Amino acid sequence: MASENEIMTDISDDDYSDAFDPDEDMEAEFDDASSISDSGFSPIEPDSHSTGKDPKGKGKAVDSMLTLDNHPGASEKLKEEQKVAVAYVEEMLQLKSEQAAVLLRYFAWKKEKLVETYMDSPESTLAAAGIHENGAQPRLKRVRGFVCEVCYDEMAQETLALSCDHRFCKSCYAQYVTSKVVDEGESRRIQCMGSKCNVIVDEKTVELLVEEEVLERYRSLLNRTYVDDSTSLRWCPAPNCDYALKCHILPRQLDSIIPTVQCSCLHTFCFGCGDADHRPCCCPIVRRWLKKCADDSETSNWISANTKECTKCHSTIEKNGGCNHMTCKSCKWEFCWVCMGPWSEHGTAWYNCSRYEEKGGDAVNQDAQSKSRASLERYLHYYNRFANHEQSIKLEHELATRMEKKMEEMQEHSSLSWIEVQFLAKAVETLTKCRTVLKWTYAMAFYLAKNNHTAIFEDNQADLEQAVEGLSELLEKPLDEEKIAELRQQTTDKTVYVSKRCQILLDDTLRGYEEDRWHWAEAIKM
Amino acid sequence: MAASALPKRIIKETQRLIADSPPGISAVPHDDNLRYFDVLISGPEGSPFEGGLFKLELFLPEEYPMSPPKVRFLTKLYHPNIDKLGRICLDILKDKWSPALQIRTVLLSVQALLSAPNPDDPLANDVAAHWKENEQDAMRVSKEWTAKYAK
Repeated sequence: MASENEIMTDISDDDYSDAFDPDEDMEAEFDDASSISDSGFSPIEPDSHSTGKDPKGKGKAVDSMLTLDNHPGASEKLKEEQKVAVAYVEEMLQLKSEQAAVLLRYFAWKKEKLVETYMDSPESTLAAAGIHENGAQPRLKRVRGFVCEVCYDEMAQETLALSCDHRFCKSCYAQYVTSKVVDEGESRRIQCMGSKCNVIVDEKTVELLVEEEVLERYRSLLNRTYVDDSTSLRWCPAPNCDYALKCHILPRQLDSIIPTVQCSCLHTFCFGCGDADHRPCCCPIVRRWLKKCADDSETSNWISANTKECTKCHSTIEKNGGCNHMTCKSCKWEFCWVCMGPWSEHGTAWYNCSRYEEKGGDAVNQDAQSKSRASLERYLHYYNRFANHEQSIKLEHELATRMEKKMEEMQEHSSLSWIEVQFLAKAVETLTKCRTVLKWTYAMAFYLAKNNHTAIFEDNQADLEQAVEGLSELLEKPLDEEKIAELRQQTTDKTVYVSKRCQILLDDTLRGYEEDRWHWAEAIKM
Repeated sequence: MAASALPKRIIKETQRLIADSPPGISAVPHDDNLRYFDVLISGPEGSPFEGGLFKLELFLPEEYPMSPPKVRFLTKLYHPNIDKLGRICLDILKDKWSPALQIRTVLLSVQALLSAPNPDDPLANDVAAHWKENEQDAMRVSKEWTAKYAK
C-alpha cells in the first residue's frame, strides 16, 4: 500500500488535481477557459468516477510530470531520482558509486531484483553486468614501451585500461567511444575494446576520454535509458515533446484499466500502449481491433459487396456478367444466382427466377454461408462506424479552422466580445473528443458478448451518437447574423449535453471494467 | 589509395600477414588499393570442405578498426551460414566486433566456421533446413560442391 500512498500524494501535488474532482460542476468547468478538464474529461483517469475515493485505491494510475532537456528543473528531477537509487545500492551493497550505477542500468533500475540477485551470488552478478570487482577506477597512464593493439602506434602517449586490464592508447579509446556514442547512439552498453570482454566503460571513464560535445550527448543518451528502461516512465509521444511521464501500472492490469494520461504539452495518450487516447477501449481490445482492421477491412468489404459463396463448396464467386444460371468453377454445381437454389429445380423458369423460399436449396449449406456472411457483415457494421468517425474527426480539423474564421467574423459583425465567441472553439474541441470516444465504442462493441450490460452500453452509445451528430449539424449551419445569440445559446447547451453524455458513457464503461462487468465474445489477453 | 594515407595499424597487420600467415590462410593486398585483400582459405581437415581452396575478398573500410572489415566468399559453397552471394553470418563481423580483433583473427574465425557450421543461426535457410533434417546428405552436397567449385 505504501506505493499507492505515494501515488496519492502525487495526485494532490499535481497542478491538475482539480480535474480529479468528480463532483465538480460541469458548467462551471466549461466556462473556465484555463481548465484542462473541459467537456467533462478528466485528463488522467484510469477510472475517473472513483478517483480519490475508492477505498481499495485500485488503479490509481497517475502522472507526475517529469521532463528532460529543455526543462532543466525537471531534468534535474530525473537525475535526482537516479542519484537516489545509486546511493541506495551503493550503501546497501558497499560498492563504488560508478559500479552501483552500472549495476542499476544492467538491471533496468529494478533495485529489489538487483539486491536479491547480488546477495545470491555477488561475483557472477558483477561479471554479468560487466564489472570487475576489485578493479581500480581507470586512470590515464603513460606506459614505457607500450604498443597499442588497435593502432600499433609506439609513440609514448597516454593509455587507458578498464578494470579488466585490457590496455589501449587514449586516442583509440576516445575514437572508439565517440563512434559508439555519435554513430550508434550507445551509452550504457559501451564495452571494453578488447575482444569478448564485457566490462562496461562507465561515466567517469567516458569523462576522461571524449570532447565536451560528445560527453553531453553521452549524458543525454544515458539519461534517456533511465526512462526507456523503466516500466513506470514513458516519453510523451507527441512530436517535439521532451517530457517524460510517470505512471505505476502493470502490463497485466491493462485489461481492466485504461491509464490515460495528459502531458504538460496537453497531448493526451494511453500510458499502457503509447497510442492516442482510446477510452473506453482497453489496450488488448485496441490492439486486436486495429490488427483486424489492417488484415480484413478493404478485402472483406469488396468480397461482401461483390460476391456470393457456392452453396456446395463455399468457393467465393463473383458474377461479372451473364445470366443467373451459375456453374461453380471448382465443384461444377449448377445453381441460381438469385435464390441460390439448385438450377435443376428451376424447370422452365429460364433466366427469370421468381421462386420464393420454397423447400429446396441446401438448407444446411445456406445456413453456414449466411453465418459467415453475417459475421462479416457484423464486422463491417462496426468497422464502417469506426472508420466513419475517424474520417469525421479528420474533417473536423478543417472545421476548427473554419470556426476560427467564423469567430473573427462574429467579433466584427456583432457586439460579442472575444470571450463570448469562445463557445465555438469549445464546441469543436468537445466534438472531436467525443467523436474519439464514440469511435472506440464501436471497436469495443464488436468484441462484447451479447447480454444486458452490453445492451446498456449500446444505449449509452446511441445516446452519445445522437448528441454528437446534433452538435455537428449545428456547427455546420451557416452563420446568421440575426440569430447569433440564439445560436450561441443552442451551441453552448448542446456542447454541455454532449459532454455529459460522453462522461456518462465513460464513467459507466470504466466502472464496468472495475466490476468485471464486460464479457468478451472471444478470450482477450494482454 | 596512396600508402602514406594508410594507418600504421593496417601496414603492420599486412606485414605480419605476409611474413607469418596462419596455416591454410593467405591474404594479399591489391597493389592499387591496400585496403582490398585477395584471400585464400583451404578447407579444414575433417570438414566436408577438405581439399577445397576457397577464394574470398576482404575490404577494410575507412573506419577500420572501429568498424569491422567486410568479408565475402567468391567461391561457391554449400554452407548454412553462407548465402548464395557469399555473405557470411558471423557475429564478430557484426555486433561482436571489437577494434582489438584483426584481419588474422577474422580469417581464422571464418576458417573455423567451415569446420563447425551452425544451422541454428542460418543465413541460407534452405541449406540450414537440409543440414538439420539430414546432416549426412547435406555434407555430401557440400563435398560435391567443394569438388566442383573449389579446386
